[in-house]
Amino acid sequence: MTDTVAQSAAAAKAAPDTMAWDSGLRRLMMIYLPLGCFVLILLFPFYWMAITSFKPNAELMNFKQHNPFWITSPTLAHIKHLLFDTAYPHWLWTTMMVAIGSTTLSLIASTLAAYAIERLRFRGSPYVGLGIYLAYLVPPSILFIPLATVVVQFGLFDSPLALILVYPTFLVPFCTWLLIGYFKSIPYELEECALVDGATRLQILRRITLPLAVPGLISAGIFSFTLSWNEFIYALAFIQSGANKTVPVAILTELVTGDVYQWGALMAGSLLGSLPVAIFYSLFVDYYVSSLTGAVKE
Amino acid sequence: MSVTALSSPSLARRQPSWLVRLFDYKPFLVVMCLAPAIGLLAVFLTYPLGLGIWLAFTDTTIGRRGVFVGFENFQYLLTDPLWWNAVFYSVVYTGIATFGKFALGFWLALLLNNHFPFKSLLRAIILLPWIVPTVLSALAFWWIYDPQFSIISYLLVDVLHWRSSNVDFLGSPWPARFSLIAANIWRGIPFVAISLLAGLQTISPSLYEAAMLDGASAWQRFRYITFPMMMPILAIVMTFSIIFTFTDFQLVYAITRGGPGNSTHLLATLAFQRGIAGGELGEGAAIAVSMIPFLVFATLFSYFGLARRKWQQGEAND
Repeated sequence: MTDTVAQSAAAAKAAPDTMAWDSGLRRLMMIYLPLGCFVLILLFPFYWMAITSFKPNAELMNFKQHNPFWITSPTLAHIKHLLFDTAYPHWLWTTMMVAIGSTTLSLIASTLAAYAIERLRFRGSPYVGLGIYLAYLVPPSILFIPLATVVVQFGLFDSPLALILVYPTFLVPFCTWLLIGYFKSIPYELEECALVDGATRLQILRRITLPLAVPGLISAGIFSFTLSWNEFIYALAFIQSGANKTVPVAILTELVTGDVYQWGALMAGSLLGSLPVAIFYSLFVDYYVSSLTGAVKE
Repeated sequence: MSVTALSSPSLARRQPSWLVRLFDYKPFLVVMCLAPAIGLLAVFLTYPLGLGIWLAFTDTTIGRRGVFVGFENFQYLLTDPLWWNAVFYSVVYTGIATFGKFALGFWLALLLNNHFPFKSLLRAIILLPWIVPTVLSALAFWWIYDPQFSIISYLLVDVLHWRSSNVDFLGSPWPARFSLIAANIWRGIPFVAISLLAGLQTISPSLYEAAMLDGASAWQRFRYITFPMMMPILAIVMTFSIIFTFTDFQLVYAITRGGPGNSTHLLATLAFQRGIAGGELGEGAAIAVSMIPFLVFATLFSYFGLARRKWQQGEAND
């Protein structure tokens, strides 16, 4: 990981010298213009989402008299409707609890598994690692029908607990592989020293390996949180009552009613539902990028 | 075990720590460490996977335990035009969206690999579509594709005067199909671009310097250095991308729910409609199981087709 960063820094420094023949105009046309288009297109739906949620209905439905790209009289009516006339705060709370619960569960399970696979080095540990990796390749779309019957068998249907237990199926493989990579980067000699000094395996894990793997744990944690916040198909299939739904499912099934869509409220709901992950993301950008690229490289 | 060999004073001293020593006994520790992860995966992944395959061969419905019916579900699917339609659209959707994502994502990665101010900020902004819940950005797309108040129609009709009537994005089959593909590409570009950027940054600049000294053009440098060096990471990212595009559910369910006239059903949304909404668990499971051969084929194709270059280059490891 650090090697990559160092190399990329070197590459970035070397770039201006080797590209010295680039003229300013050429650079503008070849780099900044396409880059600008990409950013514009990638961000436009969010801008549209945000601006819609503050527009009064009269402006939303009248492009002739109001410029649709701007708001003349912003309103909080949609957000007020969402927070006080619907169960939105409750949905946010459920989603938060499910995300935190499943993240905690998968972090514990995958830390232990990664430690066992990478550090205890029992016979067949590479195969266990491969098996866990293969589990990541099984998409939820194949599993949700049988899982629904399993959830019913356990008496967990319509309970957020079902989601907390099921989300680790796609979180654990990802986190385990991320953490195996981090544990690999910790020198084994440190553990050997501790072993010689008479520390037990669990003490080593708690006092030496885990503190050194904190960046990896943070990466795995925020990634799991985001993935469970965004999960849709299981939450749609396993939760039926309006009160227990998670935000993505609830917006789609509870707010989309009748023939006339309340676009203001829908977009306000989407905006508020995206904000927690967006804020989380802005705080930990570097961890996201490193875990995304780290997991791909493993 | 070894306790018996020890002298009695040390035995007395060590006795209370049997729990500690149990946790130091490696096989026990390995089992304890693996138990939570393997347990969760076995109960909620392996067992359902097997159960799903079993369900596909039964006529189970919600509330009724089914009996084994052999290949009846699959025979029915083969005569079902909706299933063929879903297979067709799943393949088209995956093919075009993957191509679009990788072409545009690779381009964006190459652009980001240049040196310019606010680079890390830009990289952070670009990942946003991938971070935000898919359903919520899909709702934004639904609103963008609105038949009456679409912002794209407004741009084309009232600002640019290229068209005289609003674009009907989701009202008829082919425009709806391509609208969904566009939304999928939009969502997939950041992941591809950032993953490939990480790969690009590991390519040593000295290779480019050497090529430039030999007079290689920009295209030649891309074709003979960047592209071959990127093959291993392309293979992995593409495998993931194909699997998760082919089994996509959220975008289609949020924007069209398979309509208009069932023309935009993917296999996953069709499985949901039959299995959960319609209650025909056996048939839904059969549709889900019918995805597996496509997935295995796509994985083998993209992984071995692309990764083969790796050993051709004679690299032991990346």
